[in-house]
Amino acid sequence: MTTELFTQYLFAGITYGIIYAVVAIGFNIIYNTTGIINFAQGEFVMLGGMISISLNPLMPLPLAIGLAVMLTTLIGALIEMVFIRWLVHPSVLRMIIITIGISILIREVALHIWGEGVRSLPYFYGNEISSIDILGAHVSPQVLWVVGVCSIIVTLLSLFFKFTPLGQEMLACSANRLAATLCGINAKNMVTLSFMLSAGIGALAGCVVSPITYTQYDCGTGLAIKGFTVAVLGGLGNSMAAVAAGLLLGILEAFSIHIFPLAFQDAISISILLLILFIRPHGLFGSKEAAELKEF
Amino acid sequence: MLKIKNLEAGYGKLRVLKRISMHVDPGEIVTIIGANGAGKTTLLYTISGIIKPTDGEINLFSTSLDKIKPEKIVSMGCSLVPEGRQVFATMSVKENLILGSYVQSKKKGYDKEGELQNIYNIFPVLKERKSQLAGTLSGGEQQMLAMGRALMAKPKLIMMDEPSTGLAPLIVKDIFQIIFRLRQAGNTVLLVEQNAKAALGIADRGYVLETGKIILQGPAQDLLDNNDVQRAYLGRDVDSQGASCEV
Repeated sequence: MTTELFTQYLFAGITYGIIYAVVAIGFNIIYNTTGIINFAQGEFVMLGGMISISLNPLMPLPLAIGLAVMLTTLIGALIEMVFIRWLVHPSVLRMIIITIGISILIREVALHIWGEGVRSLPYFYGNEISSIDILGAHVSPQVLWVVGVCSIIVTLLSLFFKFTPLGQEMLACSANRLAATLCGINAKNMVTLSFMLSAGIGALAGCVVSPITYTQYDCGTGLAIKGFTVAVLGGLGNSMAAVAAGLLLGILEAFSIHIFPLAFQDAISISILLLILFIRPHGLFGSKEAAELKEF
Repeated sequence: MLKIKNLEAGYGKLRVLKRISMHVDPGEIVTIIGANGAGKTTLLYTISGIIKPTDGEINLFSTSLDKIKPEKIVSMGCSLVPEGRQVFATMSVKENLILGSYVQSKKKGYDKEGELQNIYNIFPVLKERKSQLAGTLSGGEQQMLAMGRALMAKPKLIMMDEPSTGLAPLIVKDIFQIIFRLRQAGNTVLLVEQNAKAALGIADRGYVLETGKIILQGPAQDLLDNNDVQRAYLGRDVDSQGASCEV
């Protein structure tokens, strides 16, 4: 393999990897505060992309993206308030089935609004054929946008959880919900916030990847599976591990094209998911003791 | 300050507390002693609003706690130090303490550094460990952190659930001394303990809880002298000492 080809694969891997990581972080935020996997996470990504595409003809691109992110955040809050908030001591299984239901619902609504057509946002800079030379590889400027925006999301999120009172309160709820309540923190509001936060970052990721991956009413499902694989691979609930696991999966997929036909790309992530669930269900970076104590 | 009348509570169909009536006056240390499964923790959880009572009344500062959420009860000035410490293990000691002041931080003129300093004065070890993760502290230090965190909310009534569980006797002594000093500083304490001797030693009054019912109550000294209490909770064989007849 030549250096150019290597760099080319590497960049493709990093691009997809970081998208998976952002979806996985969305899973983790909600998992941490509620203990459930929100299977509608992929739909947030789709909604972000679709809404921004619809708004784009009416206003400048940054505004359209901003508005799409805000709208999706509100949808996230709405979903939590309508479907999750009023449940009294729901079982994990019940909540998971509910999120699967929500994801189907959103997909069908999207099908009615936007149809089956494949859409995309325009490239943020340049167009489909413009490229930048990095170490001999041709990289689309949009790739740099994706990597840049996603890295900023990850950095800002970790700063948010580390340094802001609100972030600390959410973290407290995930660390120990009973103790957080006894500190006077309203745990239910924190759950709503966590839905808003993961909807928002999912939507933003959906906007920046739209020019490369295109957006369709059902594109969330695939992303959700990849994101879930990455979240499990890293160890559920651990966002920094999700970034590492995301890059690992993205790069593995990219390089696999060199050996296997393209059609096998998705099979690889599914195989990894199965392998991890069989061999290390607590993930690459997760602690076994902690995993054994969890309900799910 | 706290008045409970005919309180009933439990989990689902299981009735744990059976017509409990008790009260705590300002400035007192009141202890509730009882064996495992007597309902001590359930009682504290019910007062904190974590468990909803099925019958009866709880009045805190002359306000009925009926349908009041647990968060609200904390901001009214009643904090619980839960059993098993329940610190935020993955966060630092300082972060734990600051989270404890959540209800205070919403108020005007709140002085975070000053409040932290107060807690560090009571528990100097927490200052030494302030950047350490709470999960890496020893049991005694975690207990102090849990108490410090509850005190950060500046409660008028602080409830403690088995602060001595799993601690070495020397540390237990420390903890009880701190509770005693808290009262001297003007706090009111409701202390739940299995360690009846230590708890009655610092308390003004006590209640004995058995299978969800209060079977005895009175000044702490009277309970310490009571033969039934001695036999059941202080592990003393009263008969062999030949002092059992005159009750």
